[in-house]
Amino acid sequence: MAELFIFFEQIYRILFLLIPVLVSVAMIVWLDRRVWAFVQKRRGPNVVGPFGLFQTLADALKYIFKEIIIPASANKIIFILAPIVTMTLALIAWAVIPFSETFVLADINVGILYLFAVSSLGVYGIIMGGWASNSKYPFLGAIRSAAQMVSYEVSIGVIIINVLLCVGSLNLSDIVLAQKDLWFVIPLFPMFIIFFISALAETNRPPFDLPEAEAELVAGYQTEYSGMMYAMFWLGEYANILLMCAMGSILFLGGWLSPIDLFPFNAIPAPIWLILKILFLFILFALIKAIVPRYRYDQLMKLGWKIFLPFSLIYVVLTASFLMYFDLLPGN
Amino acid sequence: MIAHAIVFYIFSLIAIVSAIMVTVSKNTVNSVFFLILDFISISCLFIMIGAEFLGMIMLIVYVGAVAVLFLFVVMMLNVAQQKNEWFNSSGRSSHIPVGLLVSIIIFFELIIVIGGWKYKPDLLDSIAIEINTDLTNTQSLGSVIYTDYIHLFQLSGMVLLVAMIGAIVLTFRQRSGVKRQSYFKQISRDRKDGIELVDVENNKGVKIDA
Repeated sequence: MAELFIFFEQIYRILFLLIPVLVSVAMIVWLDRRVWAFVQKRRGPNVVGPFGLFQTLADALKYIFKEIIIPASANKIIFILAPIVTMTLALIAWAVIPFSETFVLADINVGILYLFAVSSLGVYGIIMGGWASNSKYPFLGAIRSAAQMVSYEVSIGVIIINVLLCVGSLNLSDIVLAQKDLWFVIPLFPMFIIFFISALAETNRPPFDLPEAEAELVAGYQTEYSGMMYAMFWLGEYANILLMCAMGSILFLGGWLSPIDLFPFNAIPAPIWLILKILFLFILFALIKAIVPRYRYDQLMKLGWKIFLPFSLIYVVLTASFLMYFDLLPGN
Repeated sequence: MIAHAIVFYIFSLIAIVSAIMVTVSKNTVNSVFFLILDFISISCLFIMIGAEFLGMIMLIVYVGAVAVLFLFVVMMLNVAQQKNEWFNSSGRSSHIPVGLLVSIIIFFELIIVIGGWKYKPDLLDSIAIEINTDLTNTQSLGSVIYTDYIHLFQLSGMVLLVAMIGAIVLTFRQRSGVKRQSYFKQISRDRKDGIELVDVENNKGVKIDA
């Protein structure tokens, strides 16, 4: 009986996390379009509901009632699996995100490695979808995206090492608590910039949206998808973007901590701070989508391998020697 | 405990079945996907025995990077439609003796390894290093690798470096006549180098160096 109770409690906790994440993904799509429109002096979606807030729900409804078309020459199993993989991977990563000192679904020892692993698995949804469509444009998009995501993962990994050197633990709550006095964005500011750009590339956001560059590849790996399956790709993509924003705010912006440990600020509940930081990073993502032109593919690769990787490696050496020299290494 | 056992058997069953499917499956791309499934279930097994660091590294390195490159190569070379010859051919394939040789060698190696296998209670009696149960997995791995086994660790890093340089040397080819973009050249260009005003004589034209 007790086991059954624990089981249902866990399911309740999972739903309590998952449903807000899904709702906020819907809201974030609306926000993205509003910011984009704002920069271009348009109005954006403003008709459905107050301020157009329900636009995404209306879109989702439309996708649900559309027909799902599976190309005759497609590999059916993998074709159907691809959006499911994308969506699932985008959602399971939220299990380890700490919203406050106590509010975390799974407070595991290797939380940051788990996040990194799940975000590096994200490439499979795209590569499966592109290959299974058995069509030229999706395949090209998938190949591009695989190379792009694998390249930028490397630099994200090195950036994570930088943060871990300052923390001395792979646990996400420890990472946040280590920033109690000083957010890592200040000593590691160059790493924050590189993390932000790599996150753009990792989630295939403009200016690095080459896998779905509409001028060259129609819609990249999504070309053959329709109806609900397309919607799942789309939602998975935005859930991934939110996840990257959450990762950025935990690694560099002090997670759930308030900026100043004084009365009016630390009275605000911890999850609100995390959500505000995620929103701040997301608005930056959305602004960059609106104002920066798309990169050329060879420039993208050059940026990843020849600039970001050496620079962040050098920064690892710098951070390590700094901590060693001033005897600041954690664990001593 | 029973739930633990059930989950263990589920993961090991998936691991074994998908390992068999890697070799049996007729489509090469499907083989790679089964390989990925195998890696994932093995990393779950690692996590179940408490080696969460190894499990996560398995996911990141093998599934996140190596298998992606496998897929990449398999898809690019377009061997997807090539049928697996093991079951179709009537003994004509010349790869079978080589494969048999390799598998026999691996089989005997496995016998040697399992012959000297120590189960956990026996192992704990015989090892010299003290086990500190307060440390997490990652900390204890780090404190062993970077102190007692630093030379072996550095040596394996060197082996990987040599392999990497070898791969680059083998695949690198310098082609002539390729037009490359040079940012420094582009940025340092000004009006003087970019534009040349020429007085053109009638009916003569100008010779422009290409």
